[in-house]
Amino acid sequence: MTATAALTMRGIDKAFHGIPVLSSVDLTVEQGEVHALVGENGAGKSTLMKILAGVHTADAGTIELGGRAVSFTHPVQAQNAGIATVFQEFNLLPELSVAENVHLGREPRRGGRIDRRAMADRTAQVLADLGVEDLAPTAKVGSLSVAHQQITEIAKALSQGADLICMDEPTAALADAEVALLYRLVERLRERGVSVLYVSHRLREIFDLCDRITILKDGRLVDSVDTADITPDELVTKMVGRRIEAQFPERLPGTETGDVRLRITAGGNDYVDGIDLDVHAGEIVGLAGLQGSGRTEIAEAVFGITPFTRGSIAVDGRPVRITRPRKAIASGIALVTEDRKAQGLALHQSVRANARMVLDANRSVHSRQRLARIRGILSSLDLVSRGDDQEVQFLSGGNQQKVVVAKWLAAEPGVIVLDEPTRGIDVGAKHKLYSVIRSLAADGLAVLLIASELIEVIGLADRIVVLHDGRIAGELPSGATEQDVMAYATGRRTA
Amino acid sequence: MQRLRSAAAALFGGGTGTVFALLIVILAGIFAMNPGFFEGPSLMAFLKQAAPLVILAAGQYFVIVSGNFDLSVGALVGAQVVIAARLIDGEESRTVPVLLVMLAFGLTVGLVNGLITTVLKVQSFITTLGMLLVLYGAIRLWTGGAPTGALSEAFRKVGRHGIDDVPLVGQIPWALLVMLAVGAGAILLMRTRFGRIVMATGDNDLAAALSGARVATVRTAAFVLSGLSATIAGVLIGGFAGVSAQVGEGLEFTVITEVVLGGVALGGGRGTALAAMAGALAIEALFTLFNQMALPATLRPTVQGAIIIAAVAYAARQRTRPAAVTAPATVSPS
Repeated sequence: MTATAALTMRGIDKAFHGIPVLSSVDLTVEQGEVHALVGENGAGKSTLMKILAGVHTADAGTIELGGRAVSFTHPVQAQNAGIATVFQEFNLLPELSVAENVHLGREPRRGGRIDRRAMADRTAQVLADLGVEDLAPTAKVGSLSVAHQQITEIAKALSQGADLICMDEPTAALADAEVALLYRLVERLRERGVSVLYVSHRLREIFDLCDRITILKDGRLVDSVDTADITPDELVTKMVGRRIEAQFPERLPGTETGDVRLRITAGGNDYVDGIDLDVHAGEIVGLAGLQGSGRTEIAEAVFGITPFTRGSIAVDGRPVRITRPRKAIASGIALVTEDRKAQGLALHQSVRANARMVLDANRSVHSRQRLARIRGILSSLDLVSRGDDQEVQFLSGGNQQKVVVAKWLAAEPGVIVLDEPTRGIDVGAKHKLYSVIRSLAADGLAVLLIASELIEVIGLADRIVVLHDGRIAGELPSGATEQDVMAYATGRRTA
Repeated sequence: MQRLRSAAAALFGGGTGTVFALLIVILAGIFAMNPGFFEGPSLMAFLKQAAPLVILAAGQYFVIVSGNFDLSVGALVGAQVVIAARLIDGEESRTVPVLLVMLAFGLTVGLVNGLITTVLKVQSFITTLGMLLVLYGAIRLWTGGAPTGALSEAFRKVGRHGIDDVPLVGQIPWALLVMLAVGAGAILLMRTRFGRIVMATGDNDLAAALSGARVATVRTAAFVLSGLSATIAGVLIGGFAGVSAQVGEGLEFTVITEVVLGGVALGGGRGTALAAMAGALAIEALFTLFNQMALPATLRPTVQGAIIIAAVAYAARQRTRPAAVTAPATVSPS
């Protein structure tokens, strides 16, 4: 251990409206250390990070930076003290350039005017320090990829002289290749002696990147350990407080692969082409591929959001023309969308109102019997809420996702497409959803599963269809390795 | 005790329930100034006068909760009264045919508002502001500035008269009965599949559309309902107040103020029809109170302006307050 830690938080308490969210939490981050902060949703990670960022003020406890006691009542104070936070939603102005964003509010001046050249040079220097070569300081931020916007945020933090950078789920919106770039960036930060507080649900990254791990549960500190001293299984056990058996549930007994329920023949539109795909009753087919390879586009075509303009779709042997979501629903297709808040839920409405939304909106699937079954569906998903009248905005991410799944199950579809069903939800809810997906297959549904975490596709799918550049690059049986999938996904191998 | 406390929280804790508390406070104020107000006849007179506004509030509620505005209702009420006077021209026998013409006109205005907003994707604020000007201008052009003709007795009956010789209250105005019917209709409609989808559309139109909702149709239907409510209100107001070129002027802002006071969020997806109508009653009661305090009637627009700003600011504050996300939860029974 070095003499003084970069950050020491002791006995942090925080309550909202009298409800404790953090109780005497301690956190120590050494200089140049990459420190993971983990826990299920609602464990208090975000609150702790917001206290560090000066967004919230702790009710009790002390914060020391490099041995100096500090207290923040405003985000600017945290920034001036050398703490930068990269939230999931970036704090960038899309109409300005990278350099302008990096220097926002601290523009170098010469003779009273902004010195654009100095600004560009300094930005180029920071980017070079980070080992980033393909980002021009003059590029407009709004036109950049998510990964490059994230780099801009990190560059901004460094140019402000941050000693500690907090990253909230930094890979949530990144494609696999971009994740590798972030890894290198974090390595660079470590080399430069910058400390990183890394909040993530993805165990893989935590073990790849982080030196130490602090685990929170229900607002309390569970443990702080060296990454080398813990296995992923042990970590999960500490996070959820109970042991989760093998990460992916086995195929349920009695699951039989039946007739083809969804058949796409030579499907194509502006984004994908030549898609031939059968999904049988009782089968889980995984769609894998890099970001932009056409995974989501296939889901959106099958569901009529951006329909195929070529080829045909048949459900249960009947050809269907799906031009709108309404038609897809009438044909027995359901889509659990990628972004549950923007596309899946009416956040200010109750659990009940959301769960019955598909039935309410479609005469083709509405029935009293199905309405009556909704409560049972929610129970079977282990939904945790204060009742069916609770607005879904107050539920955790995992429980929100369960409501989205419930609204589709209520319509008793024959084909269900799940686009990133476990994004940003806690381990317990993830595991529950995995079991639900297995039981859907056992009930004879055709399941099409899209996930950017390869391990999920590999762990759940009976068959993996890999996309590259809008086309099917290859097909793999269950039990394929990540290397197999990546070989097709990156175009190194073709079928 | 628990129930009492949750009732108190619903009344004073902000959100939709607050308007009922406000209504009670205003009524108490009126009672303190003039206990006679609560005697049957004067109470009925108040309700008769408030009825058109409550009906307009019900129509506006559907448009606002679906995520739009309808600024054209005041002009539509004015147009309906002027059309009625001109076409009936004092002939009793024309009453029913002209009512049908008005109904068709009201529904058409709503339909046009709806289609321009949903198909041409013009913001409803602009669509209905344009419609307001078009209607005002067309009426001026048609009537040459001063409305002509006269309403029939049968037409005026609904707005003016009622069931006479009722013990205790004297007369139950037809307007009150129409108001209760429209109110009940609005509340029941919100409990149907249509109502639920209106609400979901206002909250998150993308999620609603991806759940199979016909978002454009639903929003257009809300405008049509608003056109219907303006037509009914026009019949009552014409009967009650008679024909003039100023009928309906400024009603759109009064109605939006009332609906917002009822806790119905601008932008859609929040608030109940009952609270919107209670908002209308609260504002009408407030101006009755002003009358009794002998405050000048010219104060009305200023007060209305202050209320709408305050109500929206209050709602915004409610929404930006950090929510207690980790409140105790229970696992639902399996």
